[in-house]
Amino acid sequence: MAIVFIPTPLRKFTGNTSKLDISGHTVREVIDTLSSNFPELKRHLLNADGRIPSFINVFVNDDDIRNLQQEQTPVEGKTIVSIVPAIAGGSK
Amino acid sequence: MESNLHIGKSVVVEMIASVENTSEERCGFLFGNATNSRIITSIMSTPNISTEDKRRHFAIDPLKYLHAEGYASHNNLELLGIFHSHPNERAVPSETDRKAAQPFLSYVILSVLQAKFSAIRSWRLNHDRLFEEEVIIQY
Repeated sequence: MAIVFIPTPLRKFTGNTSKLDISGHTVREVIDTLSSNFPELKRHLLNADGRIPSFINVFVNDDDIRNLQQEQTPVEGKTIVSIVPAIAGGSK
Repeated sequence: MESNLHIGKSVVVEMIASVENTSEERCGFLFGNATNSRIITSIMSTPNISTEDKRRHFAIDPLKYLHAEGYASHNNLELLGIFHSHPNERAVPSETDRKAAQPFLSYVILSVLQAKFSAIRSWRLNHDRLFEEEVIIQY
């Protein structure tokens, strides 16, 4: 179980809810459960290969999962899993 | 899709001040409310951490993004958009902008020519992930 933070741009897919209790023992399980509970959210969280795309960052508490155990990072009941869209762009 | 974006004149002035006098892209967050019309009441400038040429690219630290979400929540505001500058280019989103864009958010682009403000326009993704222009109404 973890508390998942949904960023503003994706809240229309979760009924405008910003925090959800989602079951799972790892980040991957949490993302899978979240995608199952909110099917419209899935295409924003997983690419065609079923991986978390590069334009989505996932933080466990204050740490990027890329610096932890990636998708296999364990979570507990009070763990906050934040979905953070990558904000970038440019004129070229 | 709603097509207007209301921005306070003082907010526009603050945005312009944050993007002028540099050849690099500048960026930040837009806050306000969207109960009826989409109204921008404040901004938060943030460093451009792009590892590419900052004259042509921008990126925002994910932790700054989380901070902005927290700021909005604590101040009863909504995070409604992102602003960034295009030095010596038009205020029109590039393909790079479109690929990286998020749904829902307004993308305000400021054209800066020779380090001086030139134009401001706003864009938002439609359901086909194509940008549509929002009319900026300064109040």
